[in-house]
Amino acid sequence: MSDVTTPTEEWTKPLPTPDDVNRDYWQAGTEGRLLIQACPHCGHRQFYPRALCTSCAGEPEWLECTGRGTVHTFTIVRQMGMRAFRNELPYVVAMIELDEGPLIMGNVTDCDPESVRIGLPVEVHFINAADDVGVPMWRPVPAR
Amino acid sequence: MSWNRVAVVGAGLIKFGELFDQSYEQMAAGAFAAAVDSVDHGFEPSQVEAAFVATQRGTLWGQEGIGGNTVPSAIGLAGIPCTRIENACPSGSDAFRVGAMAVASGVHDVVLVIGVEKMRDKSAEEGLLARAAAGHPIFTRGETAPVLFAPFATRHMHEFGTTREMLASVAVKNHYNGARDPYAHFQSEITVEDVLASPSVCSPLHLLDCCPQTDGAAATLLVRADIAERFTDHPVYVAGFGVATDHPYLHEKSSFVGLKATQLAAERAYAMADVSPADIDCAEVHDCFTITEILDIEDLGFVDKGKGGVASLDGETSLTGRIPINTSGGLLAKGHPIGATGVAQLTECWWQLRGEAGDRQVELRHGNALQHNVGGRGSGVSVINILTTNQP
Repeated sequence: MSDVTTPTEEWTKPLPTPDDVNRDYWQAGTEGRLLIQACPHCGHRQFYPRALCTSCAGEPEWLECTGRGTVHTFTIVRQMGMRAFRNELPYVVAMIELDEGPLIMGNVTDCDPESVRIGLPVEVHFINAADDVGVPMWRPVPAR
Repeated sequence: MSWNRVAVVGAGLIKFGELFDQSYEQMAAGAFAAAVDSVDHGFEPSQVEAAFVATQRGTLWGQEGIGGNTVPSAIGLAGIPCTRIENACPSGSDAFRVGAMAVASGVHDVVLVIGVEKMRDKSAEEGLLARAAAGHPIFTRGETAPVLFAPFATRHMHEFGTTREMLASVAVKNHYNGARDPYAHFQSEITVEDVLASPSVCSPLHLLDCCPQTDGAAATLLVRADIAERFTDHPVYVAGFGVATDHPYLHEKSSFVGLKATQLAAERAYAMADVSPADIDCAEVHDCFTITEILDIEDLGFVDKGKGGVASLDGETSLTGRIPINTSGGLLAKGHPIGATGVAQLTECWWQLRGEAGDRQVELRHGNALQHNVGGRGSGVSVINILTTNQP
């Protein structure tokens, strides 16, 4: 279980609409759990949630992740047309390589954007965009 | 492969730029007229049997409901069959491929391929950049158009030691070429220092690493190769093409130092044309950002993987280099009116192969030129066309 934050201000970024395929994924986020899919037929692991395995068209099952990964690559965004994101400039968009294998796109928060590097260990935390939608975010693993 | 050979007998475009005073229809008419005027032995518009129009995003001028019907009446050909092709940033190159297949199949003898795009009529809040940012509802994280390529630059620099100066050298070269292209949006030379001093947009990309938003239109006329002599003594032929898709979303790419869609499309295009990268005299490739051209020239096989930055800095891709790239100024200087982009690139290849590129003319050794686009949330689809002066 990872940290879950419920912001006091209104969510003004694009709000996902849970559907039959991804409803469990969004709900798990509100509980601090990160789900990806694993295919029981071919073993392929994938993010984001889809009806079929992208590798063999089998029916995938949920796999709960540790919530740990490393930054595979990233960029620091300094110009943005959409107000909801512009208010947060500069921010990091990174490809996080999960310990379970797949990459996931995410923002690295709670640190100086300039300090982000390829290989940086990160852990997931969640922000509730709605009662049934927990959005995964990432921050550097605290030094022990 | 059994297909009727296809010749390009006319090609042209309008001056690219911020064309607030020109309507979509006017831009289409201008490009069509330029293509008609370019036909050596003359061309009657009524000879067009069918048209394929590329427009990627009609909402940028408030008309998403544009079908194939929008263009024929605008160019005085109401009634002809016309189909709109939308395939992301390669829309224009895919319209050309589909037009070529219409002739290759034997269904039509004379086909118009036209690309038209208005990019500047909407404000930034409503325009392409904001729409790109809207992204996918499941995992959007504030990505903009440059975010679709900047992480490749970060990773390429990490793995291969590519430098900011190498990225900048691509912009410097393409603006140099654009300054020699009367149709380019930007016609001024720039320096590496200018690129590095321009504002950071999305690390490591600066403003001058990014293509502008540009209005434009371009057109080509395709005919059955065995009737090409009616139109010109200097036909250019379609040697082959290739198309490939990849996972559309950034985090599912198998690599951040290459574009799988380009690699697959290139394999298919080279096989169909029966040529290798060494047989290409010049290429127009998708340089929406400087890093994209570096990835392109590697994925197209012009340089080894990881060497694109060094090759650019060393001038291998300049007008007089080993493999001249984006002689028109590319998307970076000529501009990127999406539906028109591929058709305009093909026009540049046509001029180069006919020896009509003026100050930008490259040395022709093999008589082959390659045109490439990649797009679709960055790199979800790639289309490549290869043109040749060699008799099929």
